[in-house]
Amino acid sequence: MKLITHNMLTSKCLKGVMTGYPLAINATDVKITEVDFNPEFITRVIPKLDWEVLWHAANSIGHSEGLPKSIEPKFEENEDFLKKAHKILLEVEIEEGHLTCPESGRQFPISKGIPNMLLTEAEVQ
Amino acid sequence: MSKRPEHQAPPEVFYNEDEARKYTQNSRIIDIQAQMTERCLELLLLPEDIPCLLLDLGCGSGLSGSVLEENGHMWIGLDISPSMLDVALERETEGDLVLADMGEGIPFKAGCFDGAISVSALQWLFNADKKSHRPVKRLYTFFSTLYASLSRSARAVFQFYPENESQLELLTTQAMKAGFYGGVVIDYPNSAKAKKFFLVLMTGGSGPLPKALGADEVEDNIQVKYARREAAKAARGKPLKNTKAWLLEKKERRRKQGKETKPDTKYTGRKRSGRF
Repeated sequence: MKLITHNMLTSKCLKGVMTGYPLAINATDVKITEVDFNPEFITRVIPKLDWEVLWHAANSIGHSEGLPKSIEPKFEENEDFLKKAHKILLEVEIEEGHLTCPESGRQFPISKGIPNMLLTEAEVQ
Repeated sequence: MSKRPEHQAPPEVFYNEDEARKYTQNSRIIDIQAQMTERCLELLLLPEDIPCLLLDLGCGSGLSGSVLEENGHMWIGLDISPSMLDVALERETEGDLVLADMGEGIPFKAGCFDGAISVSALQWLFNADKKSHRPVKRLYTFFSTLYASLSRSARAVFQFYPENESQLELLTTQAMKAGFYGGVVIDYPNSAKAKKFFLVLMTGGSGPLPKALGADEVEDNIQVKYARREAAKAARGKPLKNTKAWLLEKKERRRKQGKETKPDTKYTGRKRSGRF
């Protein structure tokens, strides 16, 4: 699972959970894969992200080094910033571990890089 | 037993390893999936040459995702079948994958996607595979959470195989209830094989539905139907039995075969008077 997905994933489908965001990450295996850098896409996606959540997610898996704590003004022209954002959003992948819902404490396992968001009958709204 | 996969088993059971394998090896399936994804993208009306973040619902082995990649978009895929997602991993698609059930809702926060596509997945939602499943409720949950996760003015396009009219109606009602505008576009409506259904949903105001492919003659749908029936009759050739036309034709045929035939007169094929 890439951190861009984590930045958008919620557990709001659980019964009784209002926002279910952000999910806490507990990673046991993190891998880095190279992805082509596309500055246009990163520029477009940054306004949609919750940067604070991204920073904390990166921090919790030990990849926050050198990552600014907030979005820099005029980031569109700052290639260095875009490259850092690209790396953390698309290249860092959580292979094994689990996500935890901040409200209910329900854990969602991540295996082979795929988070399992399936609910049981009792958990469906 | 019906041939429709959704009648045979729940999706996570039906798409087992064998079935999932087909989606990497069968070039016909791959071809069709790619074509339908292209058409979905066309109907999505994304701004040109801008990389977008798309949601692929029922992404399966990532065949549709590959087409999205080719067009320069980033995608996140949802699917309920672990075997299909395993195949997607093997194919090393660029998109990110999530194991989830669409009917339980789309687990993403509001406004993140520039569009959503789905190829041959929506029909699974009509099923009640578990005792607790209520298809209508699942459809509504699906559409309302999808609506929330799309950015304003984004579209969602679903290619699917409805079984009957009432399914179409159910779909559109639930989608409208969730706040979408739009409707169903039917490509090649007069062809049994090439006919394809696309549910095109729009957020943020209604716009005209895109034009369907190969549907120029639909305006006079009923007339076309009758014209075809007449043409079929003419092609079959034989006039109704025991009529004068039928008799004349029969005599003509016999003459051609060189058999002895009485000449045609004003009495040929005429009813006898009651006196006889």
